[in-house]
This record gives sequence, C-alpha cells and structure tokens, in this order.
Amino acid sequence: MSSNHTHHRKKIAVLLLLLCLCMAGLAGRLVYLMIFRSEYYSRMAEELHQRERSIKAARGRILDARGVVIADNRTVCTVSVIYNQVTDREQVIRTLCEELSMDEATVRKKVEKRSSREIIRTNVDKEVGDRIRGYHLDGVKVDEDYKRYYPYGSLASKVLGFTGADNQGIIGLEVAYESYLKGTDGTILTMTDAAGVEIENAFEERIEPAAGRDLYLSLDVNIQQYAEQAARETMERKGAKQVSVIIMDPKNGEILAMASVPGFDLNDPFTLVQEAPAGAGAKEKQELLNQMWRNPVINDTYEPGSTFKIITAAAGLEAGAVHLEDTFSCPGFRIVEDRKIRCHKVGGHGAETFLQGAMNSCNPVFIDVGQRLGVDRYYQYFEQFGLKEKTGIDLPGEAGTIMHRKEDMGLVELATVSFGQSFQITPIQLITTAASIINGGNRVTPHFAVKTVSADGSDVRRFSYPVKEHIVSEETSQTMRYILEQVVAAGSGSKGQVEGYRVGGKTATSEKLPRSLKKYISSFLGFAPADDPQVIALITIDEPQGVYYGGTIAAPVIADIFGNILPYLGIEETVEESAVWFDIGS
Amino acid sequence: MAKKKKPKRFYDYSLLFCIIFLTAFGLVMIYSASSYKAQIDYGNASYFMMRQLMIASAGLVMAIIISKLDYHWYARFAVLAYALSYALMIAVSLVGKKVNGKRRWLGVGALSFQPTEFVKIALIVLLAAVICQMGKKVNTWKGMGMIMGLTIPIAGIVAANNLSSGIIIVGIAFVMLFVACKKSWPFFLCGGLAFSTIFIAGPLATFLEKVNILKPYQMSRIHVWLDPEAYKLDGGYQVLQGLYAIGSGGLVGKGLGESIQKMGFVPEAQNDMIFSIICEELGLFGAVSVILIFLFMIYRFMLIAGNAPDLFGSLLVVGVMGHIAIQVILNIAVVTNTIPNTGITLPFISYGGTSVMFLMLEMGMVLSVSNQIKLEK
Repeated sequence: MSSNHTHHRKKIAVLLLLLCLCMAGLAGRLVYLMIFRSEYYSRMAEELHQRERSIKAARGRILDARGVVIADNRTVCTVSVIYNQVTDREQVIRTLCEELSMDEATVRKKVEKRSSREIIRTNVDKEVGDRIRGYHLDGVKVDEDYKRYYPYGSLASKVLGFTGADNQGIIGLEVAYESYLKGTDGTILTMTDAAGVEIENAFEERIEPAAGRDLYLSLDVNIQQYAEQAARETMERKGAKQVSVIIMDPKNGEILAMASVPGFDLNDPFTLVQEAPAGAGAKEKQELLNQMWRNPVINDTYEPGSTFKIITAAAGLEAGAVHLEDTFSCPGFRIVEDRKIRCHKVGGHGAETFLQGAMNSCNPVFIDVGQRLGVDRYYQYFEQFGLKEKTGIDLPGEAGTIMHRKEDMGLVELATVSFGQSFQITPIQLITTAASIINGGNRVTPHFAVKTVSADGSDVRRFSYPVKEHIVSEETSQTMRYILEQVVAAGSGSKGQVEGYRVGGKTATSEKLPRSLKKYISSFLGFAPADDPQVIALITIDEPQGVYYGGTIAAPVIADIFGNILPYLGIEETVEESAVWFDIGS
Repeated sequence: MAKKKKPKRFYDYSLLFCIIFLTAFGLVMIYSASSYKAQIDYGNASYFMMRQLMIASAGLVMAIIISKLDYHWYARFAVLAYALSYALMIAVSLVGKKVNGKRRWLGVGALSFQPTEFVKIALIVLLAAVICQMGKKVNTWKGMGMIMGLTIPIAGIVAANNLSSGIIIVGIAFVMLFVACKKSWPFFLCGGLAFSTIFIAGPLATFLEKVNILKPYQMSRIHVWLDPEAYKLDGGYQVLQGLYAIGSGGLVGKGLGESIQKMGFVPEAQNDMIFSIICEELGLFGAVSVILIFLFMIYRFMLIAGNAPDLFGSLLVVGVMGHIAIQVILNIAVVTNTIPNTGITLPFISYGGTSVMFLMLEMGMVLSVSNQIKLEK
C-alpha cells in the first residue's frame, strides 16, 4: 500500500508538471497574441468598431458687386436606413415610399439590402425630412445636409455654374473657385456595437468642419438681369440661335455682366431646356446637356469680322503706317495677288480718308493698311496685343485663338485677316483686346472674382490679375477712341448712339462657315463714355433671321443697355460736349 | 498547521476560498460580458449574472453539505449512476431539446439540464470505485482494457452530439488511469500522438474528409483554425472576433467593463468565449492571473490526492482534477485559436447552470476527501 501510495504521488506530481507545461504554453500563446500581435488586432478591432461620419462644411456663398447673394446654401436631408436596426421593415418601406414618393420596388431593394447603411435618397426637402423623423422609425436616419441654392434661377447660369450631388462645383465659377468655396468637411469618429448602434459615452473624436469662403464678384445682378433680358428679347425678335452680351470695365477687366441666352435653371441643371429628340440615348442626352451648359463667349470661337478692324487700325496707327487723313480709294473690291476681294458696298466707297474708311467699315481701306504693315509687322502686333494667348479669364474651358501660322501667311491671308476673316477668336478675346486698345494701352485680364471673405468675415483676400502695359501708346489709344466715336456718331454704328452720352463702337456682320449657307453672326462692340471709357460691351447674335446687319440689329441693343446702365453706374451725361467737337478739334 | 493535542481533521479552506473567489470573479465577468446584450435582449442588464448567482449559490451550499459526508457513502451509487448516464444520454438523443441544431438539453423549462455534465461526475465515481476493486489488476493490459471498455461506449454516445464533452470524458479516464497504473510509457505514447496531431492536422483532416470520416462542417472548422482570416464566412468571423478581443487587451487591458467586443462582436461573450473578454478588459496581466489561480487550484487537488486516506479518495480527486484541468486548457486553447473551435466552457467562470451546479458537486466531493485527511500530531 505504501509503495502504491508513493507511486501514485509520483504520478500525480508528473501530471501536475505536465499540466503546468500546458498552461505555460498557453500563457506563451497569450503573450504572443497580446504583446506582439496586440497592435495588429487592436487596429483591426478599431476599424471594426469605429464609424466615421463626416460633417459637411457649408459651401461659401457667391455674392455680386453690391453684396447680393446669388449662390446660397439650403438645408436638405439625406434619408438612409441601417439594416440591423430596422424592426418593422414593412412599415419602413411603406412610410418611405409615401413620403419620398418613390416606387416600392426601389425602396424595398434598398431597405432589404444587408449593408451597414443604405442611402435611400439625398436632397430631400427639410420639411419632408422632419416629417420622416417624426415617425420615429427604428433604423431610419435623417441627416441634414447642405444643398446649393440659386435664388435667381437661371441668372448668369453659364457663368456661375452649379454643384453636383457631393456639393462639388461642376461648371463655371463653382468649379474655378472650388478650392475657396468648398471648405473642409469635419468628421466624427464614434464607436459602434456589432449592430452598428453608436455607443454612448464611448471615446469620440470630433473635427469641426470649416465653412468655405464667400466669393465676391464684379458681376452686378441688375446689369446682368438687364443684359439677359435684352439678349432674350433680341433672340426672340430675330429668331436667333443664341445671343450673348458681355459688359466689362475696360480699365481693369472686371466683368459686370455676361449673358448668354438660352440659359438654364441652375436649381435644376439636369433638365434640358429644349426637349431631347425622341429616342435619344443617355449619351445623346449628356451631349445635349453639355451643349446647354456651354458658355459660347468663352468656349466657342468665331470669325470676328469688321469689329476686328479695330485691331488692324490700332496696329497701323501704332506702326505709323497709316494716319487719320491718309486717303484711299475704294472701287468696291481690291485685288491682292490673284484674288479679287470684295467690299460690302458693291459700288465702292470711292475716295475716302482713313477715318471715313473706318466709319464706312470699308474693306479695301483695311486691306491696304494690312498690306502696308506687311505680314511680319502685322503678326508682331497680333502677338503684342495678346491675341495669340488666352485671355486668362477665371472661368474654365476658355478656347484658344485659331490663327494662320506666320510662315503660312501670304498677302491674301493678310488681307482677309485685316478685316477679320479667315481666323477665329472668342468673343471674350475680342472685347478684352478692344478694351486694352481703348483704355490707354493696358492689356487687362478679364475676370469675375474680386475677393474671397472667410465665413466669419475676418479674413479678406483680394485677387490681383496680370496687366500688360503699353500694348499700344496712349496716343494711339486716344486716336482709336476718336475713330470709334466717329463710327457711332456718323458712321456704320450710328444706331449705337445713346442720348446724352458719347459712345464709341464698331459693328460687324460675319458670315459663318461654310459661306454658302448664308448664315451670319451680327455683332456690335461699344463703349462709353468715348473720351474716358468706363464700360465696354459686346453683343453677338448667332444666326438672326431676316435683316442681319450688325449695325442695324446689334448696335441698338447695346445702345438700349447703355441707356439704362450708364445712369445706374453713376456715369454722368455729357450733353454740351458733342462728338462733332472732335471732328473740328483734332 | 497548528499543533493540537487531539488529532484534528483537515479541511481545505484554501480550496474553498479558491472556489468562491473564482465563482465570484466569474459572476463579475459574466455581468461585464453580458450586460450589454442582456439589456438589449431581456431588458435586464444582470439577467445572466442573477441566474448564475442563484445556481452557483445553491451549488455551493450543496458542495458544503457533500463535503461533510463520507465519500465512501456515495461509492455505492456508482454503478447506478453509470447506468443512469446511459439512460439519460439515450433519452437526450431521442427527446432532448434542440439548441443550435444539437440535442443537448433534457427536462422542462427552468428544470432542464445538460446530462453530459452528469455523465462526467458519474464516470469519475465509477472509475475510482472500479480501479479500487481491481487492486493490482489495473497494471495489466486486461485491467486497462476494462477501464477503457467502461469509458469508450458512454463517451461515444456523448461525442455523437457533443464532441468536446466526449473528448473531456475520455481525457478524465485517461488521467485517472495514468495515475492508478504503474506503467507510464503507453500514456506518454498516446499523449505524444495526440499532441503531434496538432502539427499535422491540416493534411490529416484533408485525408480524413476524403475517406468520409470527417464531416464537411468539421473540415471547415479545421480550415478556420488554420487561417481564420481566409475563411471568415465559415465561422472565421467568430474566431477572429475572439482574437481581436484578446489582441486589443494588451498588457493591462482596457479596464473592467470597457470591452467593446462584448457588444455583439464576440458571440455569446458570457459563455465559451468569456476568456477573450477577460483578456480584453484585464489584459495579459489578468489572463495570466486567472491561469495561475487555476494552477493553484490544481496544486491543491494534488495535495489532497496525495494525502487522501485511501486510493478511492485519491482517484476521485484525480478525476476532478483531470476534468477541471482539461476544460481550462482546452477552453483557453480554443479561445486563442491554438486548436480548432469546439464548445468548451471555462470552469466556474463561463455562464452555464448545469456546468456550475455539477462543478460544485465535484468540489464537494474533493472537499469531503480533504475532510477525511487526519492531521498527525
């Protein structure tokens, strides 16, 4: 018995030793898991528990020159469903269908989808969101969000642009100034249990959102409205495809209005203004939308026609190749090399001075000026005036100039370029170059944005834009103002006169390509007051029906706009100083 | 040991304290691990803890009563209990309540229990009695074969529905036989073989599945064990959740009650996986402490077994010791994904009425053996 006893004791001791070894092994395993793998598993667990919710930052507003808000934020709601928390699925489906007026199949599919969070609908009106919240349905979340809202609807639609579902800019200024307007989203990091329920009092990290900066424009809502109204009336009256008006301050390039009709409703930018043709696919529809959103004065080029004679005249005067009193003769055409280039007046203007030639918009006169300059010098001025480069306007998608290469340019090409044909520029390029010629010779950068201001108003940042000085001399600039005032006072632009104001300008009627179609773009470029230009405007009427002469249909529209906006801008009438005085004076 | 004039009977208060401490610690951990889900599912955060508290208290009272009885008295019921084990196991296989697809519960409502727990205790008493009866015959192959012959059939019936309990029952018999028998090498051979299967489990399992011994669900458990992240959908998710809990505990843990994994991530956190919550909340420090307390308990068993007045008492304690040790080791091994997942509770700590009740009865038996030790002058 005693030996039995010791052998049992020995066995029990061995057993204990083995058990200790096992336990030590497990403890070792625990050390491995909890010390060496701790970081890995902690991170995995954290990822599983943490839920990141972003807090949307309010997008900066856009305000006009007088502080009127033209792009604002409105509170909207996002309705979503958390699968694990829904108790009465049928009730949820029924209620959401009803309140959101969505079809049952769509809602059911989303509610029954096993995901941690399924968004049912975004951009729900705040009232509807509040109503849904009022049902206190388990698992249905209504989060507030910001949505862009444009109080003026379609006003300056192609300029302002709009934002997409994530509140990011899609076209126009909303894209160009995205980085200022956007702000920084904040985040809330919370812990959740397995069902996705947030754990109260759990460690929570919160990063506050920073609202975007307000953008102040040079655009003036009143002027824009008037310009758009004038453009729309013209389009309807003339049955035109589209009409665009740009109004700019020639001294610094600030754009007061940029109207292009037809526009579209910024609060509903994905609905086509004109019905899509039946059977149009998604691709065709997107193409039509892009067409609708397109800003023709920046994105499209055209042959400027006679308005470009301003540039030829300025180059000729600056080079000393031509003077106001130089005489020319117009037999109704000019033969350059083997080509016979016609004047718009078939019978010819006969003998005329350079000033009269400009007033008559006589093609042979400008062909002669071009020929006197020669290809090299003409090309040099073309570049000096900044016509080869983009204007640098603060809107996306500006089109470049389409011009002959210098080595391909013969005398015939030079002749046609001299009166604005055989090359293409954008309307914004034309008005910017013209503004630079008449403002004393400083090439300005056209722009809308003046400054950005932080949401609390404490931090103001002004934008500055490059100016290229002395593209023409002050003397040439003054002569150009005089010539263009004469064009309006007694020449082809006479319909551009505004009572009580001295207006300068130039008309154009450009034939669209191919010429056989007999389609035209009628335009007028005008500025006032002629001796000290403070406003410059360009109207382009695309494919007018019936009478298509720029002097007849385009000039009066600008005259009407000037008649209204000059007093509004506080520019005083200059009654006693008539334009005739210049005729005698200089 | 205080020296007194008349021989005094020993009573292992260290073990009693150890039992009470582990049970109380278990109640705290059950509350911590289950309160979140209990609040959601039953509207009462202490639902699981209160149930466990009532059964454990009743069990403790019974244990103390049993500890005052002479353990030779219930040796008489050993054969009856063994026969009853068969009856209960057959009954549960036929009319048992299904929980998670397994018939494991017998009885009605609040009075239901898992008969496998009864089988363990009955087998411990029976084997102790039989080995005593055999005397030196136990050292022969025939004697050893007879012991295994008593164990394997009942273990087989248990394993049919509850593999892990079957393994534990075989393990208990194995440990008791090891202590009783003078031979050592067959046991080390068996133990060594079992241990080495862990290292060749992958290829072996594939082979066994090919010859249709292993069921597909068991095969997928092996896969999950070998690479839980690759088999998330086959149950790897649960294993991973346990590992996340253990790993995020670190050295000192998140603090009592601070576990996140118990919030529905670790399934039935108060049950088999409670050790992972202990790791998460109390860290490596707490986990190793728990292991040390169990080791201390086993050490007390060893002392009692070594000093028991007779072989029967000694073997009773060895059986209980084997039972507790196997369950602790297997449970921690499962939770740490050291072996494939199988449902084994952590003694005294995991939630489970039947388990804690029969554990308490076993403790009563051990204490009763300790009470028979006569302290010498």
